[in-house]
Amino acid sequence: MNKTVNQKAWFFVIPVFVLVAFNAIIPLMTVVNYAFQETFGNNQFMWEGTRWFKQILVSERFHAALGRQVLFTLIILVIQIPLGIFIALNMPKEGIGVPICLVLMSMPLLIPWNVVGAMWNIFALPDIGFLGHSLNAIGFDYNFTQQSGDAWFTTILMDVWHWTSLVVLLSYAGLRSIQPAYYQAAEIDGATRWAVFRHIELPKMKKVLTIAILLRFMDSFMIYTEPFVLTGGGPGNATAFLSIDLVKMALGQFDLGPAAAMSLIYFFIVLTVCWVFYNLMMRNESKS
Amino acid sequence: MSKITLQDLSHSYLQSQNKDEDWAIRNVNIDWQDGGAYALLGPSGCGKTTLLNIISGLINPTKGKILFNDEDITQKNPVERNIAQIFQFPVIYDTMTVFENLAFPLRNRQIPEDEINNKVNEIAEMLELTSTLNNRASGLTADGKQKISLGRGLARSDVNVIMFDEPLTVIDPHLKWILRSKLKELHQKIKRTMIYVTHDQTEALTFADQVVVMHDGQIVQTGTPVELFKKPKHTFVGHFIGSPGMNILSCQINNGSVAINGTKIETSNSNIGTSNFSKIELGIRPEFISFDRKGLPVKILNVSNTGKNKIIETESDGGKIKLIIKAGEKVPEGSAFLTFKKDYTYVYGDDWIVEK
Repeated sequence: MNKTVNQKAWFFVIPVFVLVAFNAIIPLMTVVNYAFQETFGNNQFMWEGTRWFKQILVSERFHAALGRQVLFTLIILVIQIPLGIFIALNMPKEGIGVPICLVLMSMPLLIPWNVVGAMWNIFALPDIGFLGHSLNAIGFDYNFTQQSGDAWFTTILMDVWHWTSLVVLLSYAGLRSIQPAYYQAAEIDGATRWAVFRHIELPKMKKVLTIAILLRFMDSFMIYTEPFVLTGGGPGNATAFLSIDLVKMALGQFDLGPAAAMSLIYFFIVLTVCWVFYNLMMRNESKS
Repeated sequence: MSKITLQDLSHSYLQSQNKDEDWAIRNVNIDWQDGGAYALLGPSGCGKTTLLNIISGLINPTKGKILFNDEDITQKNPVERNIAQIFQFPVIYDTMTVFENLAFPLRNRQIPEDEINNKVNEIAEMLELTSTLNNRASGLTADGKQKISLGRGLARSDVNVIMFDEPLTVIDPHLKWILRSKLKELHQKIKRTMIYVTHDQTEALTFADQVVVMHDGQIVQTGTPVELFKKPKHTFVGHFIGSPGMNILSCQINNGSVAINGTKIETSNSNIGTSNFSKIELGIRPEFISFDRKGLPVKILNVSNTGKNKIIETESDGGKIKLIIKAGEKVPEGSAFLTFKKDYTYVYGDDWIVEK
């Protein structure tokens, strides 16, 4: 069979190309533009080479923000993944409880991020908020606007509340896809509850958990709106995660060059971690 | 190693049961002798798997008792019953090697490691898995995986019964043969009671010494393949076993003799009690019908050649009749007469054979 040559098919790609150009390539190239040049407005640029990158990479401020960001993401993953699996394991498998649990679980996911931030801000206010007031009433010295420990506690609690459901729903879907025969065979083989989890449920959930970890990593690593509304990065810089610090630098100080360099480094970190993680998971997959 | 007895066993998946159809299993009474090779044969949805799961303890029956060696074990869990079950889809533990898979049920029972080693190697030898023992089990083909499922059942030397729930469903046709003869061979070697659930009559008849036929949650007949063929006790057995199945014709009883629209038919069992039934039928297998000069008048509808034989479809006053003749024999044109072999012609009242 001879294939006919017809280059007209390329026209079909144009809409996608235009869309991607406008929402990804052009904005990204603008950032690249700023990252290598200095500007004083009026569309006048001067070549700076890698100066901004060098500056960012050795800056203590960037190291601190990155440190906070990594710590936050690690804590989030360590809490949300096991908690999500645990809740999914204990959710009802049939009957009226299923839709009720699913709806309850989905609700936090449906709330806009700035609303989540505002809700938790009010909820946690030490004088009038339910959480803040109650904690103080039972003897804790709690004030998330003044004490950095409390600010971290509140931010993490908020994120756990907002996003654990995602892990739950993905794990639940993974669990439901397991054939009953697996449980029956395990029962006949005399497997303990732990062995069933370790050798049946966890391996069968591997794919959805990969997705869950990847999504939770990306979202928590790029978190902005919720802590911005809740703490504004404070007290001091205590909860100024990478994106909050970035916005401060770009729009607060108007240091566009360093901010552009920082966003590229930031982007590069997210991309690399996702790529490495995904490949590790997939390599395991093809081995088995 | 024990005799398994099911006593008045009934099971329903519904909360309340008002009619026969609400029961998945109805009034099952059967003895499975120690060391027998049984097949549980029936169409999908007839309750075979339910019955199997009741024996293994995965389901608690609504009514009735299960006895192992005359000891009531109805309330015991699968581990205490010490049984093995192989499912339709191969169940393997993906993260483990073949060795670990086979050792899993033994390790769960805290058996010493050197004993496990010996046992697993012995089983692997028997199932020809030795060369793959250290591979990840998830990399195996479907038949290899099913062998592992089987191996996990065989690993425990003291299981009371090994049950197979349509184990060859996902296996390639040419491997089915090999695995099936392997099973038969295994049964002869280890002499363990085996119950093999299937909806495929060939599988059932080749594997088992005794075939148990189920229909609508009831056991309709238990017997050797030959018995089921020669004397079906229920029209379903006649219909389900054999290819083509038994002809079931509507007939009338006059003064103790059977007739189809005036043509008298000799049967092996028509004497008494037939008047109490709401439905009277006559059953005859296609193998026991031949063309004759006189007998039941029929119209020839269709002739199909299977190579060695011809299957002829005819129409009589009692319904359609199929018969099998040798490929060389001549088929009459248009209309003809049929005679039935008396010894294999039976009268069925309300689907059950009428006993003399």
